[in-house]
Amino acid sequence: MLTILFDGLAYGMLLFVLAVGLAVTMGLMNFINLAHGAFAMVGGYLTVVLMQRWGVPFLWCLPLAFIGVGALGALLERTLYRPMYNKPHLDQVLFSIGLVFMAVAGADYVMGSSTQIIQLPNYLRGRTEWWDGALGMGHYRLLIIAVCALLALGLQAVLTRTRFGSQLRAAVDDARVARGLGIDVNRVFMLTFAVGSGLAGLGGALGAEVLGLDPSFPLKFMIYFLIVVAVGGTSSITGPLLAAVLLGVADVAGKYYIPKLGAFIVYGVMIAILVWRPQGLFVRKGAR
Amino acid sequence: MSAPFGSAQLLRSTRRWRVWEPLAALLALALPVLWPAQAPLLSEVAITALFAISLDLVLGYAGIVSLGHAAFFGMGAYTAALWAKHVMPDPLVGLLVAVAGATLLGLVCSATILRGSDLTRLMVTLGAALVLLELANKFDGLTGGADGLQGVVVGPLLGRFEFDLGGRTAAYYAIVALLMALLVLRRLVHSPFGVSLQAIRDNRLRAMAIGIPVTARLVAVYTLGAGLAGMAGGLLAQTTSFASLDLFAIDRSADLVLMVVIGGSGWLYGGVLGAVIFKLLHALISGWTPQYWTFWIGAFLVVLVLVGRERLVRPWTWWRR
Repeated sequence: MLTILFDGLAYGMLLFVLAVGLAVTMGLMNFINLAHGAFAMVGGYLTVVLMQRWGVPFLWCLPLAFIGVGALGALLERTLYRPMYNKPHLDQVLFSIGLVFMAVAGADYVMGSSTQIIQLPNYLRGRTEWWDGALGMGHYRLLIIAVCALLALGLQAVLTRTRFGSQLRAAVDDARVARGLGIDVNRVFMLTFAVGSGLAGLGGALGAEVLGLDPSFPLKFMIYFLIVVAVGGTSSITGPLLAAVLLGVADVAGKYYIPKLGAFIVYGVMIAILVWRPQGLFVRKGAR
Repeated sequence: MSAPFGSAQLLRSTRRWRVWEPLAALLALALPVLWPAQAPLLSEVAITALFAISLDLVLGYAGIVSLGHAAFFGMGAYTAALWAKHVMPDPLVGLLVAVAGATLLGLVCSATILRGSDLTRLMVTLGAALVLLELANKFDGLTGGADGLQGVVVGPLLGRFEFDLGGRTAAYYAIVALLMALLVLRRLVHSPFGVSLQAIRDNRLRAMAIGIPVTARLVAVYTLGAGLAGMAGGLLAQTTSFASLDLFAIDRSADLVLMVVIGGSGWLYGGVLGAVIFKLLHALISGWTPQYWTFWIGAFLVVLVLVGRERLVRPWTWWRR
């Protein structure tokens, strides 16, 4: 029971890191980006290549995945994404789904269609048990929870304490007024997009072992990211965090107790929540 | 700002029959005779076109962004297949039942698309398709689960024409169904009902202000679109004697949106055109590189949106500024 909660928490934290960039960019530019999972997949494959071909230690791969994918995100934002901001949502959906198709086929072409295996270092493979096995914690999952919690705290601090954070929040609330006040919204957005995709890359690197990495990754997890964002709302960090943990626990518990109906319950609950509160569960009153 | 007289004339001129419309219909009817070897492909294209039109009604006319239209397609297909297997093999009755089933589902689902932003709607439509996929997977005793529903035997059409291996009956069945649906829809989208839908799409607040019952209209059009999608699904299940889980898949919904966009949304024949072009593209690219054809579809989508989809489907506007 506790083990399931623990695994669900780790899974949810992972989903949070994967989806938080999406939440911020979606809230900032009102841009529906279905291709977010593709960045996560690139991070995962980057880790696989770094570890297998060049023998880079696993822990070093994580920051490298963050930087590499972040740079890729900044590049794509400059070249492809920027013209999309003012287009209708249908165009954005088509554009980003096109990117997903390309990423899936491209990964298949370059890396092959089989599931990639990441060799974890020995010190991460163990498992600690408390209370006669009532709570079993895999060390790797402990690492995931620690990294993600630190990231969440760090993001929250950046968002609330720094000058950049207040510029970002101003731009999310009303991009036009922010621009009028002299905030370079384009620059803010490019940085945010780069960090968001970098976080997705980091999440992909961390999650490759837990979630399974194969070319269909962006399509398989697109729905989960979108659920996190749609249910959590896009106006804060805590909303997506709570939604991600909720989703993680519900998914792991559902798959454990009622294996065949697990996914059904997750989707059903999502529809119910969205019908009940279309703007998301954890939205400040009066935002927008 | 045009005078009331001018707008009335505009409305009337858009609904007038064009010369090519009956000609195209005749050509469609002649195709199975002209090209008998490709009859299965023809019926597939006709069914896909009907499916695309059903989405165009929802997306192009009413402006509801949906990524889960395959839910109704699959619902229609399973209803028709189960009906033929367990109750009655007659195809026409089965088709009516399939339409009824999908319409009912659409009515239920329409409650979910009334509120919220485009993102919310995207999620609930997607979620509905996924929920149905999981249900069909769960009740594998009834639906056959991941293996698909087999052993569906459909009786002869009108008690006379057998569905044979050559697929000629199937092709005619699908094409006639498509043409009849087009005839009805053509009337519908030019009616005050159809025009009010476009008003809602363009500006919901203003539409509400001039007294259009927005909620009722959206429910009606979503239910209708679902029914049509169910009809397409029923046709597919009857002509192929098979129904499987991939009917509900996301790729199917995504491909469908692509078809509507290629052909031009908010234009009744756009769905037909889009389905034809898409199937041709598919055949062409997958003949050239079977494994990676989705890459080129993706590249096509990206270019399409970057260039502007209005301009790509209307080549004569490329040199106009």
